Amino acid sequence: MRSRRFGLSMGYLAAIVVLGVTVVPLLFVVLGGFRTNAQINNDPAGLPGPWVTDNYASVLGSSAFWTFLGNSAVIAVIATVVAVGLGSMAGYALSRYQFKGREALYTLFTLGLLFPLTVATLPLYLWLRQLGMLESFWGVAIPEAAFSLPVTVVILRPFMHAIPGELEDAAVLDGASRLGFFWRILLPLSAPALTTVGVLAFVTSWNAYLLPLLVFNDSAHFTLPLGVATFQSQYSQDTARVLAFTALSMIPALAFFVLAERRIVGGLTGSVKG
Amino acid sequence: MTTATTPVRTAQRPSAPAVRARRKRPSLRKRLELVLLLGPALLVFAGFVLVPIGIAAFYSLFQWNGFGPLDRFIGLDNYVDAFTGTVFQGAIVHNLIIAGLSIVVQLPLSIGLAMLLNRKLRGRAVLRALVFAPYVLSEAITAVIWVLMLQPNGFADQVLKGAGLGGLVHQWLADPGIVLYTMFAVITWKYIGFGIILLLAGLQGVPAELREAAALDGASAWQTTRHVVLPLLGPTIRIWIFLSVIGSLQLFDVVWIMTLGGPANASATMATYLVDHGFKRYEFGFGSAVAVILFVICFVFALLYQRFALRRDTQGALTRMVS
Repeated sequence: MRSRRFGLSMGYLAAIVVLGVTVVPLLFVVLGGFRTNAQINNDPAGLPGPWVTDNYASVLGSSAFWTFLGNSAVIAVIATVVAVGLGSMAGYALSRYQFKGREALYTLFTLGLLFPLTVATLPLYLWLRQLGMLESFWGVAIPEAAFSLPVTVVILRPFMHAIPGELEDAAVLDGASRLGFFWRILLPLSAPALTTVGVLAFVTSWNAYLLPLLVFNDSAHFTLPLGVATFQSQYSQDTARVLAFTALSMIPALAFFVLAERRIVGGLTGSVKG
Repeated sequence: MTTATTPVRTAQRPSAPAVRARRKRPSLRKRLELVLLLGPALLVFAGFVLVPIGIAAFYSLFQWNGFGPLDRFIGLDNYVDAFTGTVFQGAIVHNLIIAGLSIVVQLPLSIGLAMLLNRKLRGRAVLRALVFAPYVLSEAITAVIWVLMLQPNGFADQVLKGAGLGGLVHQWLADPGIVLYTMFAVITWKYIGFGIILLLAGLQGVPAELREAAALDGASAWQTTRHVVLPLLGPTIRIWIFLSVIGSLQLFDVVWIMTLGGPANASATMATYLVDHGFKRYEFGFGSAVAVILFVICFVFALLYQRFALRRDTQGALTRMVS
């Protein structure tokens, strides 16, 4: 009994330490946005006093932040739709069709898990230049979708495979074609797995930095990660404003995580439980 | 053996020719469906993943700035240059140091914290969400946050001084002797939540009865942990190590934004070296060689790891890791 209580208090101690290390930098950013540069310079670790809202107001009132946010959203949505759309079609073919070379194709997709985007960036850049896709949202979204495809297929195939064959037989008896079965029965039944791969593809695209960095020169096309990094180096003297900008940039990711926590954590840990 | 297999074979025999016939000549409709279903995914995957990597291997044999004609074939000279250059050698070492530190520091830390947090603490759900928060933020935002925190006489320094640890204050990002470890600390901040969540999920799979049984048999808490819990966490730990090493080898965003690999290349990684040479200096041939080297290192590690470490975690662990 005594050791259990000791363990519990150690647990709380660990919780407090972890929370401090995790949350303090986030608080520093959020609260720093409510201070002036003079306050920050005099007392970097202090609290706002008085609280000023000018930094947040100026960021929210400028078009840059909203432009970056909108660009990120458009690109992430395209990347997600393409990855999930093509991935679910391929997953269906690879899980419920018998044909020669099926396993080889599947292996090809799984190998893609090992291909880092970094390795491909140089030729990818030249390739996109040749296709006239530099400065284009598609030029970022399509490669991102391509690099999300392996995970998508690898998650969807076993899931679709596990859906009972009797359902397919019944659908066929009722006059559904194989594509009709895919569209009307398999996809709705796969909704949980589709959500997981969708969330993963979305987050990957949302957080991407290198590809937008290479594809976009015009700041009107920047995504949020690119915008934050550029803003920081551009206004490095105006720390308070950079802090406000960064704080606002954190909100979408954190909000999205709160909404999709189960899917994100489930997608990442699901397999490893066994 | 034969007695066991014979009945199965005979049972299958009648249907076998029919199946083979269907396989041999799939109906036109089915083939059309397959093309329709697989075609787009294969096109995008090949066009933007496989082919670029293949092309990188090709470019790596040339001296080329990415614009003019591709006519200066130099064989493996780019590779020789990369491996004999001290900056790239240093970059490889930096990647390995980060990978090694991850295993030696982050892993025990994650395991310990996960075990401590794997209790019925009040507010556990909120705690888990907050621990995970840095992982959700992009590398770019993480890097910017820490650039701001680590400014000379900034937040981090003031906190250290306030805690009576003023002697620890350093030029965190400007001192070549420190900068790599600063990077490691930032990376740890960002990714430790991932490890903790992964391990907490793994701990869910350790049956409470096993621990209780061990305790009844007189095992100490340490013995239970060492001989019951850790072995059962094995698959989780091995996957974590895999992801962590691959991530360490490909490290780019955080370093690029915080230091561009500097000062004096002290925080350069293979990836920052690649981007620096490829896109800043327009050495596309040389950059491609670096990309191929990075790829081969990751690939060989993945194969060896799959072969020797993941093999025991049921078949196809490499693919299981994300499913």
